[in-house]
This record gives sequence, structure tokens and C-alpha cells, in this order.
Amino acid sequence: MSKWEDNKAWFLVLPVFLVVAFSAIIPLMTVVNYSVQDILGPGDRVFVGDEWYRDVLTDFRLHEALWRQIVYSFCVLAIEVPLGIGVALTLPKKGWGVSACLVLLALPLLIPWNVVGTIWVVFSRPDIGLTGVTLNNLFGIPYNFTANPVHSWLTVLIMDVWHWTPLVILLCYAGLRAIPEAYYQAAKIDGASRFAVFRYIQLPKMRGVLLIAVLLRFMDSFMIYTEPFVLTGGGPGNSTTFLSQYLTKMAVGQFDLGPAAAFSLVYFLIILLFSYIFYTVISSFDKGEA
Amino acid sequence: MTLEWMAWTPITASFFIFIGLVLMGMTVWQIVSPTVESKGFLPMPTTRGDRLFIGLLGSCYILLAWIGLTELSLWIALALCFLFLGLTLRFG
Repeated sequence: MSKWEDNKAWFLVLPVFLVVAFSAIIPLMTVVNYSVQDILGPGDRVFVGDEWYRDVLTDFRLHEALWRQIVYSFCVLAIEVPLGIGVALTLPKKGWGVSACLVLLALPLLIPWNVVGTIWVVFSRPDIGLTGVTLNNLFGIPYNFTANPVHSWLTVLIMDVWHWTPLVILLCYAGLRAIPEAYYQAAKIDGASRFAVFRYIQLPKMRGVLLIAVLLRFMDSFMIYTEPFVLTGGGPGNSTTFLSQYLTKMAVGQFDLGPAAAFSLVYFLIILLFSYIFYTVISSFDKGEA
Repeated sequence: MTLEWMAWTPITASFFIFIGLVLMGMTVWQIVSPTVESKGFLPMPTTRGDRLFIGLLGSCYILLAWIGLTELSLWIALALCFLFLGLTLRFG
């Protein structure tokens, strides 16, 4: 039975399985248990069935936060992915410029999230911040991200673009560097235009890294918490209160563990659905191309 | 070690036992007769495991939509879920 010979390799997966069990599956099971009960205290709980799910699914503030979140993630992807590809295409291919550009681009990725928020608070404040003061006094635009929802939205969005586009650039750059020179030479012989080279060589060859970039940026932007929490605190009003901020308010602020658990599961299922669709669509493109 | 912190209830415990049994069953089935990727009513070719995942995930959405949109009994939704899961596994 030669079929069984290779199966010992599965034992190598065992440590990962244990880590995932303790870090993800067991906590997730606990969340499922919490979501059907009213947790009054340690050892003191009442079974409530689907009540929390009914509450969460008919909560209009949750619907608002969800729409805000979807629009936000869509904007993040629509800006960061094309911008990342564009910048990656213009980066130098050899010489000292490569290291210089890569180090400079990687800098925002090294900054902790709460510090990013703080930097942008200081940077954007209308009274002392560089952007705030410049926009207000030099260009006469009444910019104030703490009072105007549109301004606060734009600030959160630009902050994310500044923080995370470098990740997309680095991934795309790695994808571009992996294309063998022979493809470009063949394109040159055929007299292909710059756009044709991009459309038929570079873009298809970047699919793998773009899949990772889109998935990472989608999941991260959909779960964004720290930066808007520091920058706007969810305001003005509720205009930048995204799903995770609303969830934290419920679970930690009000200690409503049952409803927060139900909310977490709905949130998890939404992320799972979007990620699965992205993954399936992009990987089926890949198969079609191959 | 006590599992009190996990706040188990008989209903959630039986749910997870069901999922565990299904996974074990699928593993045995896979060993006895390995799956072949095939194309059914779903838009992409799927293996048996893919169809189980889609069936379970779809069932979650059926239940959530049921809870969010209607006041009817959840037993009807559960029956729908099993129907959906069966159809996906067989014809997906």
C-alpha cells in the first residue's frame, strides 16, 4: 500500500493544530456559548436562546456601523490597491535607490497603531497641526476633523492610506521582481506598448500577491479599531464609529457579554463570507489564466 | 481543570459535538473514497469539503436572516438549513 507512505507528514501539522485550537477554536466556542446566555457573573448565567441575535440583528446602530464599515473598506481597497500597483511600477529596479525606497516605504508599517493615531491627531489639529493650520490659514478651507464628519472621514481614510499603502507596494514590488526578464524581451520583440506589457505580463503575474494584498487590506480595514479610536474616538457623533468600536463599547464599556458575543459572531461571519468570496473569485481567475 | 469559564450549555455542546462528528465522518469518507473536484450548481468546481463548508456557512446565513427578518419558529429555519446542506453536498 504505497498510498499510505507520505501520510506521516500530517503529524508535522499537529503543533499548528494545537496552537489554533487554543488561540482560536476554544475562544470561538466560548463566544458561541456566551451568545445564547445572559452572563450575570462568574457561574451565574441564564439561557436566553436567540434573544441576543434578535437584538443585534434588529439594532439600527449596528446596521449604520456595518454600512459605514463596508463603505470604508471599499474606499480603502479602491485607493490603496491601484495606488500601490502604480507606485510599485515606478520604483527603481537596481542600484542604491532600491534599498532607499524600500526602507522609506516600510517606515509607516513599523509604527504601532496607537502611535499612528496620535501622530495624525497632532498632524491634523486645526489649531496646532501642520495640515490643520495650513488648510485653515493658507488655503482658507475651514478644516476641522473633530467637528465635521466629512473631514473626520477623510482624515481617517488618508491616515489608513498613509499607513497601509506601503504594504501593497512592497507586495506588488516583490511580485514584479519575480517576473523573468525573458517576458519583457519577448514583449519588446513583439513591439508591445507599455500598457500591453502591464495588462498582459505584469498584472497577471501579480495576481498571487494582489490576492494576498486585497485579502489582508480587506480584513484589516474591516476590523480597524485603534487608529480611529485614537484619532476621532468614533465621532463627531457616530460618524466614524466602525463595527469593532461599537463592539468594544458593548463588551468592555457596558459589559454586555451576551449581546457582544452574538455581535462578534455576526461580525465574524460577515468577514468570513467576504474573504471567502474574494479568495474564490481571485483564485478562479488564476486557474482560468494558467 | 474546570470548564465553567467556557459557560457550556447542553444545546451548544450538542451543536459542537455534531460539527465534530461531521468532520470525523468526512475524514473517514475521504480516506475510504477520496473526493474528486466537480462542478454542480455552484459557480466554481468544488470538492466535498468545499461543499460542506459552503453548506455550513450558508446555513448560518439562513438562520441569521430568519432571526433578523421573521418571527416564525426557528425549527423551520433549521429544517431549511439541513435541506440546503444536503442539496449543496449532493448537487453543489
